[in-house]
Amino acid sequence: MQISIPVTKEKTSASQAHLTEPVAVRLLLIALALGFLSLFLFVPLAAVFAQAFEKGAGAYLAAISEPEALAAIKLTLLAAGISVPLNLVFGVAAAWTIAKFDFPGKSLLVTLNDLPFSISPVISGLIFVLIFGLHGWVGEWLFEHDIEVLFAVPAIVLATVFVTFPFVARELIPLMQSQGKDEEEAALVLGAGGFTTFFRVTLPNIKWGVLYGVILCNARAMGEFGAVSVVSGHIRGLTNTVPLHVEILYNEYNFAAAFAVASLLALLALLTVGLKSLTEWRMRQQMSSE
Amino acid sequence: MFQTSRRKNIIPGFGLTFGYTVLYLSIIVLIPLSAIFISTASLSWQGFWTAVSSPRVVASYRLTFGASLVAALVNAVFGLLTAWVLVRYRLPGKRIIDALVDLPFALPTAVAGITLASVYAPQGWIGRFLEPVGIKVAYTPLGVVVAMIFIGLPFVVRTVQPVLEELEKDVEEAAACLGANRLQTFTRVIFPALFPSLLTGFALAFARGVGEYGSIIFIAGNMPMVSEITPLLIITKLEQYDYAGATAIAAVMLAASFLVLLTVNIIQWWSRQYTER
Repeated sequence: MQISIPVTKEKTSASQAHLTEPVAVRLLLIALALGFLSLFLFVPLAAVFAQAFEKGAGAYLAAISEPEALAAIKLTLLAAGISVPLNLVFGVAAAWTIAKFDFPGKSLLVTLNDLPFSISPVISGLIFVLIFGLHGWVGEWLFEHDIEVLFAVPAIVLATVFVTFPFVARELIPLMQSQGKDEEEAALVLGAGGFTTFFRVTLPNIKWGVLYGVILCNARAMGEFGAVSVVSGHIRGLTNTVPLHVEILYNEYNFAAAFAVASLLALLALLTVGLKSLTEWRMRQQMSSE
Repeated sequence: MFQTSRRKNIIPGFGLTFGYTVLYLSIIVLIPLSAIFISTASLSWQGFWTAVSSPRVVASYRLTFGASLVAALVNAVFGLLTAWVLVRYRLPGKRIIDALVDLPFALPTAVAGITLASVYAPQGWIGRFLEPVGIKVAYTPLGVVVAMIFIGLPFVVRTVQPVLEELEKDVEEAAACLGANRLQTFTRVIFPALFPSLLTGFALAFARGVGEYGSIIFIAGNMPMVSEITPLLIITKLEQYDYAGATAIAAVMLAASFLVLLTVNIIQWWSRQYTER
């Protein structure tokens, strides 16, 4: 006993030194990482706000409250307001099917669900041009019946739904798979109906996952540029979303106004990453309390 | 085992949710996406080949894929470093830094584009320090790389970070006890364990870079043959009503991104085999 104590002590301190790097190396690595993040993340982020207020608060407020900016904000809210609920319902349905049942082709369904993520935004827009354009599948029919889809609001909404399609489902599928179906089975055996089981048992278990998916889905819906740019037609005050409005202002060399409107989107992004960390933290809490 | 597999699943709603999932997936994704392949199939082979192999298009592939590769490599190195610092070291404001790593996912690409263009322009906050040493970033192919580094930044960090957190300290202790120095422990013990996730993050960052449009067009300068990316070329063709040309190039890009997706799946399958053994 008397001998073994100093030996273990020495051993731990020796291995402790071997389990981390010398102070100088640690500081160098931290400096390198922070330098990298500064060049590509922190400095650009600060620059958005600095340039937004370059011409003062008055110019800032004028830029974000002019009619074309307000029309763009309205259209962006509309596109997000339609696509987020649609993809939320789909995400819950897809996760329910995939997590609670076994059927052939299940992994194919999961892979297909992620498809819109692996496609360039420009191509996501292009497919709607190929369908609704004048030379597209239904273009002529739409033209004869005087229905505007392409270069109008419907195509913007459709493109937004397409690019934000996987967000909720890809969060909920692994979450519901890990939770299994014991609790739902217990509720059903005790006589609860299907919808009661979902709302009283499943939903409380997955609420943070749902919120997480909705936050990410909404950020992408409001920020999508490439796909929406292809189908929008860029009609000011009519088919411009906020990101497209930023592009127009920037290309007109109206930099202060462009960055003022851009700062709204940057604020949304900051809010998104903040809420995202918060829900991640709540999800971890929920998991460790179970 | 026998009983569970034979037990009847009493959960309701399979017909409803499965039917809705497949219907919605078909209407929103599968049918629209098939438009690309059907339109491509209607092109003649000659027409397809001319559209996808003209010198301007080939130059855009070289830029798009080359810049994505460079950006993904930079992100692999610095993403691993960032993940390491965030997991292993204590530093003030770590949680905020950790949250901000996700910013490129959340920041609209157009905002990223105009910001990077202004910061890296010759008079910009960073550009003014690069200009005297002869480095031009904005409006050159290097600008394309910078934008791709920005949008690919979270991928490597977020794939490596959880693996690094799960890594058992025991293995490192064992290596140290057996006489390995810290560098040997890292290269022989830690790095092999991280490698599959690093490779996955690299492939995802690469794929994202290839398809990226919004953040690049503002900083690239968009000179044909020099700094014009393939997605921009698709839009240019569309604006000239050359639908066939746009579709053919899009088909090539789709094939490339499916190939990357397949590679990612194979890496993940291979790493599962490796860890289970």
